[in-house]
Amino acid sequence: MAPEIQDPIIRVRDITVQFGSTRVLDGLNLDVKRGEILGFVGPSGAGKSVLTRTIIGLVSKVAGRIEVFGVDLDSSNTSQRRGVERRWGVLFQQGALFSSLTVRQNIQFPMREYLKVSQRLMDEITMAKLAMVGLKPEVAERFPSELSGGMIKRVALARALALDPELVFLDEPTSGLDPIGAGDFDELVRTLQRTLGLTVFMVTHDLDSLYTACDRIAVLGNGKIIAAGSIADMQASQHPWLRQYFHGKRARAVMS
Amino acid sequence: MNGDPKLERIAKGNALALCATGTWTASFAPALERMVADAEKLAGSRPNIFIDVSEVSKLDTFGAWLIERLRRSLTQGTAEAQIAGLSANYSSLVDEVRRVKATPVIETGAITITGMLEQIGRAVAGLSGTVTDLVDMLGAVLAASGRVLIRPRSFRLTSTVHHLEQVCWRAVPIIVLITFLIGCIIAQQGIFHFRRFGADIFVVDMLGVLVLREIGVLLVAIMIAGRSGSAYTAELGSMKMREEIDALRTMGFDPIEVLVLPRMLALVLALPILAFLGAMAALYGGGLVAWLYGGVDPEAFLLRLRDAISIDHFIVGIVKAPVMAAVIGIVACVEGLAVQGSAESLGQHTTSSVVKGIFFVIVMDGVFAIFFASIGM
Repeated sequence: MAPEIQDPIIRVRDITVQFGSTRVLDGLNLDVKRGEILGFVGPSGAGKSVLTRTIIGLVSKVAGRIEVFGVDLDSSNTSQRRGVERRWGVLFQQGALFSSLTVRQNIQFPMREYLKVSQRLMDEITMAKLAMVGLKPEVAERFPSELSGGMIKRVALARALALDPELVFLDEPTSGLDPIGAGDFDELVRTLQRTLGLTVFMVTHDLDSLYTACDRIAVLGNGKIIAAGSIADMQASQHPWLRQYFHGKRARAVMS
Repeated sequence: MNGDPKLERIAKGNALALCATGTWTASFAPALERMVADAEKLAGSRPNIFIDVSEVSKLDTFGAWLIERLRRSLTQGTAEAQIAGLSANYSSLVDEVRRVKATPVIETGAITITGMLEQIGRAVAGLSGTVTDLVDMLGAVLAASGRVLIRPRSFRLTSTVHHLEQVCWRAVPIIVLITFLIGCIIAQQGIFHFRRFGADIFVVDMLGVLVLREIGVLLVAIMIAGRSGSAYTAELGSMKMREEIDALRTMGFDPIEVLVLPRMLALVLALPILAFLGAMAALYGGGLVAWLYGGVDPEAFLLRLRDAISIDHFIVGIVKAPVMAAVIGIVACVEGLAVQGSAESLGQHTTSSVVKGIFFVIVMDGVFAIFFASIGM
């Protein structure tokens, strides 16, 4: 496994994203290593979600290269792209559950599409996934509109994990959760990373998540990565925004 | 080490080892499931069966669960089947799936005759509910307009003008185009059939009466139910889904006053205007066809039209327009506010808004026909 750890699972090179005349990302470089939990922070509106969506391919870029699992997503053909998509899972900020399907159908949706497995196995795996994200089996037959915010996040995570991906993108997974729920969620991400060997790309604003869940932190500002490293590196940084972020009132409260 | 997964049976004295090898992941799930099903038949054949997973090169939730499923079916009575050779990085995954309880049987609703009858019964019983909902909304809208009359400053002029633009101004091109074409078709058909009796000129009578009394307003109302009624339902429905209507309510605003009243008013003002424009376009189209196809020159057409129709015909048509607009608006708003959380529900209510809107428009037209006949107009 040792050489693989050095091998980045996502390699982003010089990407530029522009909406009209506003340049959101400007020649950004980023590597995500296999098996790590990368926390991605930055001021609101800095383009964290835009970067995530660009890597996934929902936002088109003006320039640059993105490789996921060593596949260049621009030059790949449809089957290669589907192969990559099958190996990642995405948790959207609002959950993005299919509102006309039950929780069980939501989780089984990617399985039906990509795998040929029996209904019995799909049902059993669904229950296993629900248990993994800490939900009761009864939830399976409910519709998304009947779930609380925290439950929606958990179901969305279960759906993102449905195909046992190697890489998951989490867009603000703990926003809108109570502190206990958010703590549980961080713990859950950690456990899943250990058990399934996941690589996690997590956009977050939650200082607790950064301290407890993340192995490495990357900071976005002015369209570039202004710093990347461990939490200790971040605290030692002299960058004004980082100083404010990691030494502000809320940060002190978390650390004490 | 990577390769197709296998499950080998190795006898060791009176114990039996099931050795799992290869890749136990989701991509091999169908093969894995068959192997596990085969191996499950061994349950009870030997006093001691264990599963050796030390040779598994890759394991995910699917593989781990299938091993766990096998372990559970091999466990009989007191002799619990064991999993041996579990490497450290997979043990937490196996522990995780071990905590999963057996799947509850999920009932899928089979289609039965009683179930179908029940659905029909419920739908029929729901009809009276539809009418009460409409009357309810009518009352709420009237009450809101009463409040606005007392306090005119609470009237939302900007919103009303905005909806008037959407419903009336932007609808003009399509309404005029379609009614123009309908006028052409009526005239062409009329001339074609009347010519056999040498009664070409009577096509003007037919066109005038039909367009002004019925077609003009009815067709426009149906088009507006499809165009604006559906838009109202979709707007209100998505606002309901995103809790925007609840937000209005908690801020002390009445959603009927803020959302429904301006839309209703815009529609009630728009439909007579559109019906008038539509009738004119249809007459123009009919006149054009009568001239080019039937040889009735414009002067003769106008003279004949003046004799054939009276102001009564026009009034009968135009009076119906605001009433039909109110019906369309009320149906659309009731459906919009009835939307539940899902996208499917939004689609259902938008559909039923258009269907019910058109239905009630035609029913109203029938009622008007009886009324005007009995007062001799």
